[in-house]
Order: sequence, then C-alpha cells, then structure tokens
Amino acid sequence: MPEPLPNPIIEIQNLRFQYPDGKVALEELTLTIFTGEKVALVGPNGAGKSTLILHLNGIFQGKGSIRVKGVDITSKTLEKVRSMVGLVFQNPDDQLFSPTVYEDVAYGPVYMGLPKAEVHARVTAALNAVHMQGFEQNVPFHLSGGEKKRVAIATVLSMQPEILVFDEPTAGLDPRSRREFIELLEELPQTMLIATHDLDLVQRMTNRVVVIDRGKIVADGSPEQILGDHALLLAHGLA
Amino acid sequence: MLFSPNQMHIPDGFLSGIVSIVLWLVSIAVLAIALRKTNKTLGDREIPLMGVLAAAIFAGQMLNFSITGGTSGHLLGAALATILLGPWSAVLVLTSVVAIQALIFQDGGLLALGANIFNMAIVGVFSANLVYTLIRKVSMGKSWSILVGGFVAAWTSIFIASLAAALELSISGTSPANLSIPAMGGIHALIGIGEGLITTGALAFIYASRRDLFTPEKAEAGTGKLVLIAGGILTLILAILSPLASSHPDGLEWVAEQQGFIEKAQEAVYNLIPDYTFPGIDNPTLSTIIAGVIGAILVFGVAFTVAKLQKKQAAN
Amino acid sequence: MRTHDFYEPRVSVVHQSDARVKVILTLAFILAINLLPPGTWANYLLFLSLIFSAEILSRLGIGYHLKRSLLALPFVLAALPLLFTLPSPYHSIPIFGVNLQISQPGLERFLSIAVRSWISIQAAILLAASTRFPDLMIALRMLKIPPIFVAIISLMWRYLFVIIEEATRLERARSSRSGAAPYGSARPGGRVWWRAKVTGGMVGNLFLRSLERSDRIYAAMLSRGYNGNPPTATIAPLNRQETLTIVLGLLTFLFLLFTGLTLGV
Repeated sequence: MPEPLPNPIIEIQNLRFQYPDGKVALEELTLTIFTGEKVALVGPNGAGKSTLILHLNGIFQGKGSIRVKGVDITSKTLEKVRSMVGLVFQNPDDQLFSPTVYEDVAYGPVYMGLPKAEVHARVTAALNAVHMQGFEQNVPFHLSGGEKKRVAIATVLSMQPEILVFDEPTAGLDPRSRREFIELLEELPQTMLIATHDLDLVQRMTNRVVVIDRGKIVADGSPEQILGDHALLLAHGLA
Repeated sequence: MLFSPNQMHIPDGFLSGIVSIVLWLVSIAVLAIALRKTNKTLGDREIPLMGVLAAAIFAGQMLNFSITGGTSGHLLGAALATILLGPWSAVLVLTSVVAIQALIFQDGGLLALGANIFNMAIVGVFSANLVYTLIRKVSMGKSWSILVGGFVAAWTSIFIASLAAALELSISGTSPANLSIPAMGGIHALIGIGEGLITTGALAFIYASRRDLFTPEKAEAGTGKLVLIAGGILTLILAILSPLASSHPDGLEWVAEQQGFIEKAQEAVYNLIPDYTFPGIDNPTLSTIIAGVIGAILVFGVAFTVAKLQKKQAAN
Repeated sequence: MRTHDFYEPRVSVVHQSDARVKVILTLAFILAINLLPPGTWANYLLFLSLIFSAEILSRLGIGYHLKRSLLALPFVLAALPLLFTLPSPYHSIPIFGVNLQISQPGLERFLSIAVRSWISIQAAILLAASTRFPDLMIALRMLKIPPIFVAIISLMWRYLFVIIEEATRLERARSSRSGAAPYGSARPGGRVWWRAKVTGGMVGNLFLRSLERSDRIYAAMLSRGYNGNPPTATIAPLNRQETLTIVLGLLTFLFLLFTGLTLGV
C-alpha cells in the first residue's frame, strides 16, 4: 500500500449498485483517493469501472456513501459535487454538442451562472491548458479525434474541478495523438482517476493502481507491484 | 431517461369510430404518395436513411430541458425533419415514430393511430413546410432565415397539430370545442416555443457542421407547389375553423350539432340492422347484471384452467 | 432502461399464437369497442371480461396490464368537461365543500370514454407484451402494409436502442457539466432559452451521427448484395385452426357490437 496521504478527496464507503435488470455491478466497494494522487483503475470489460466512475458525480446513485472533499453526494449536493469532479467521457462526440468550440467549453461556466468576463477568462484558460488556443470558433464536429479529446477535457477544465476522472482516455487514438495526449495529461496538476486498459499509460503516469473485477476491488498498490504481478494480471484479464 | 407520454398522442377511446376511420383513410392515402415520392428521389437509400433518422427523432424526443418547477420541454421533431429531409421523407419518418410509439409503447392508440399520424406526421409536416418555405423565399435564401424559419415552422407545426387534435376530440363529442380548442391551443402555443428553440438549436449545430445539407439541390424535389398548397389549405382550415368552432356563440351547440350529424349517420347505418334484443331481456340494468355474471364466470373459468395447467406443468 | 420491457416472454397460448391472429383480433377488438354507443354497460363488461380472460391466458396477469394501462390516464382530463357541459338532468354532488352540478348524460359519456379507453389500451399492451417484434412485422406485411414501410420500421427498431444509448450518453455528459460554483452566490442553470438551445445542439449531434450511421449501414447493405428491395421471406398461410380462431373472435366481437347497438340505443 502507498503511504496514506493526509488529505482524502474522494471517500467511497460500501458502495453497492444494482442495475434495474438485477445485475449487480458494484459490491460493497470501499476506496479512498487522496489529493494529488494519480490513480489508475484497471480491470476487464464489464468489471464495473464505468459504473463506478458514473457514481463519482452522482449520475448513478447506489447504496453506500460517497464523499467528495467531505461533501456527501445527495440530490441536494449534486450540482456542487459536479463542479468539483470533472468527468471526461470515452467518446468525445458524446460531450460536444455546440456549434463552436467556444460554446462547448463555456457550457459549464455559463450553467454555473458566472459573469460573462469570467466565463471568457475560464474558456481561454481551459483552451490554453489543452493547447487548443485559436480553435475558439472552430466547429467541434470537424476536429480530429485527438483534438476532440482535448476540447472534451477543456469543457471540464473550465469548471475548475479539483479531480479529473477519465474513462478510457486513449482508446481509439492513433499513436501520435496518443503520445501527445499522455504528455498533456502529465502537465495537468489535478488529482486524477483514470479507468483504462492501457497498461503503458498506467506505468508512465500513475502512482497507484486499483484493480477491479466483478464489482469488487481485488488489488490496490503501486504500479510496480501490480504490473509486476503477472499471475494477478492474468487472473483478471489484463494480460 | 424514461419514456414520457406526450399529450399530443390521443389514446384509443377518445375519438369516435367514424372520426378514427376517416382519418386512417386520409393518412393511408398521404402515406402512399409519400412512399412513391421518396422512393423516386432516394431509391435504395430510402430504407436505411428513413429508418435510422426515425430512430434518431424518437431518441431526440427523449432529450429535454428543464423549464421551471419540474416541467420540462422536449421535441416532437416534425419541423426539424421537414427542413432537413423535405416534406415527403419527413412524413415517413414521423409516421414511423408515431407508429412504433403506438404499437410498442402504447403512447397513442391503435385505432387512433390514423388520427395521430394525421396530426403529427401530416398536419405537422405540411404546415412546417409551408411556413419554412415561405420564410426562406421572402428572405431570398439568406442564411439567417434557416434559424428564423426553423423557429416559426416548429412553433406552427405544434400549434396547428394541436388544433387538429382538439377539433377531432370535439367532433367525437369527447371534449367541448369551446373548452378543448382554447385549452389545447393555448398549452401548445407555449410548448411550441420550446419546440422552436430546440429546433433552432439543432439547426444551428447542423448548419455549423454540415452546411451542405441546406443547399438547394439537396432539398427534396417534392417541395413543389402542390405540397405547399396542401399545407396552406390544411393550415388555413385549422387556423380559421378552430377559433370559429370555439368562439361560436354556443360552442356546445356546435358540438351537439356535429354530434347530432354523426348520430344521424350512425342511425342510418343501424336502421339497416333489424331490431334485435336478447330473447326476453330488454331492460338495460338487467342485461348489465347478466353480462356481469357471464363475464365473471368466463374470467373465473379461464383463471381456474390456467392455474390447473400450471400445477400440472409444475408436477411434471 | 424501461423501454426494453415491452416484450415479456412467457409460455402461454397467447404468446404462442400466430402474430397475424393477434394483430387482427386486437385491431378488431379495439374497433368494436370504440363503435359501441356510450352507456352500453353490459357490452363493456363483456368486452372487459374477454380482455381479462386473455390476460390471464397470457400468464402475464391482470395486474401487469392494470399497471401499464395507467399510462393513458392523464388523457381523461380532456373528457372531464363533459361532466358539466352536457344537458340535464343534473345531480348535485358535494366535493370539498362545493356543490358540483354534474350532468347525468355527461357522466355517462365520460365514464364510457374512460372505460373504452382503458379496455382498448389493455388490448394493445397484451399484443405488444406477448409478441416479438419480428413477428409483429410479418403480421403487418400480411395486412398489406407496403414492404418498404415495414422495412423502414424494422430498421428503425434495429437501431433504436443503439441511438437511445447515444442519447443517454449525451444526457450524462451534459448532467456531469451542470454544476454550481462552490463559492459565490451565482444561481446555477443559465437561462431557459439557452438550456433549450443546448438541448437542440444535442438533438443536432444525434441527428448528424445518425445520418452518418445510415451511410455506413447503406454501405454494409450494398456489400451484402442489397438491391433496393427489402428482403421478403415467404410467409406460410394461416392454418385451419388459426383461421378458425380469427373467425370465432370476429363473430364474438360482432355479436357484442351488434347487441350493444340495438339494445343500448
């Protein structure tokens, strides 16, 4: 186990989630993530990674408790939590629905009710952070896959979240876009939780790996520990 | 996201048999023309294009935005489909949506399906087409008129379709015209604003991303004069007839008159059938009681048999 | 998602019957009951017992149908004014301390509409819950619905849940970004017209992606030798027992309609 950092940012306690069809997706899952950590969430398809991620800002609400910076996620705190936890979805096409890049990145700040000048400042800062300045008036639909991914991150960064959560961030990117994308992730200072199958990405940029299978955490350790345990990887469909 | 029933879909039981059948016949006739026209312009692209876009409109109807106090606005899509695909394809797409909603989800009745197709897929599309084409013409094809035309067309499609529905309910004797027309029309004049805004938002997105879809040669050849005239007639009749019907000195009398006419027609049909009564039973109360007993025995008998069969199966 | 629950597999006579028999009988049943004049309670009761019996036979049960039939309930509001606008005799009924003058013919017509609607929707529910979609399509073709139209609806069905899933993901992505500023007094939500416009953008996104999807489907269809005509499998004619079921069913409905028309008027 890594040295527990003093400052927990996400505390999940006994989370249990069942789909309406009766399939149990998460079983008594307990996990704490600390400020500044870069955590990889790995596991085979259908292990419950995406389901877990969708709990982190209350899109799904299972049994048990989740606290974000000490705030319990309930129907009343949803909007507050959503500005603290930024979710970047696997397919950027699901996240981009405006005629211009600017409007897409501005969605979060405008929804928050921020004044125009601040919205503008946040959009500029977010686009700078993902190296997409100058693309404000472009049409998101026409961007390349890698560019769409960057804009998708900017749409979340403009809300100034404290933790970024990614679902399969490198899936579907060509090798160069992938490399540039990982370089970008390395620049971002936020606490991160990254659900991925990309073990090279895990090795390069995380300092903690959580293995999840059938809705349960089966291992939690440093990348060296987990990636070095071939038997573990084999048992959970990762090698 | 749950499937939410729409107030525009009339369930079975609310329209008289005759109104339902007449509107079925009208809808079938229009659909036959639409199938011929789209097949001519699209050829073998017709099935995949219409099918997938119908699914997209259905799914798009599930997206909503909150208005206030738990109410939310969502799309019907008649104007959007008309603007992007042309009227005949839009008729087919909307018909597919309304048909699946009735057939699988019981949103709108099966006997009332003809009327629902007429209101949403025919009146909705034709009135939207008329308004959009006129605004585009007047503006000499300037690009701002796509959004303005889209907004007005969407609003018109909802408003006029709701008048059609209200009129059908009054003619059926279900809802008095002097109440149903202002009520339906008033509510949908508001709902139409939401339709207009969503349609405009969708058009802005699509115009930014795929301008080629708005070039004239892409538009369907079916926007001929006949469609416009049909749209004009439908829109005018509904826009003029409805206030007339509801502001008639006594709207009730007007309904009664309509009702009387239909009843007379029904009587004429029934007069062909010789008088017939249950032997020895002509008292309605008594026959209701007897029907109740027969029904109870029937239901009980079936339940008993099924239960017995189930037991037998379990034993095997 | 609840929309998946329309077909409820059971081993029952109703499920196993040919879809064509079910479609014809359902349509005839709904037509017959909607042609009945208001106030023919005896005939409504018999129609109700018929649909109840069929529901029990289907092993889906009456309760299942009652629950789903609530869907049409809000619409009875449209007929409510009849209670007050139809002619006398009036009865005064105290509700919440107010004496309401309710017309007797109005009440009769209102209840007739509600009952008719309630029985009709149960028949439609039974058809959808006991029949697989492809069988339903075969039945539609037999009812002389043009094959092209049936093919369009079938293709729509084939991709409907894929596209609904897309819409769900768009919706999730929007909700995730609908947050409140952690400090300050700004009220979240933005303006109504802006929210509507964003929803429009989502619809536009869905529409364009579906348009591109249809191109891919078309290419796939061409590569499998599609020539513009919907594939048509030969349909076996109805056997004697199925024909008999239809004839008996139609005769029953006709009898109930006929007695309703002559007794009730």
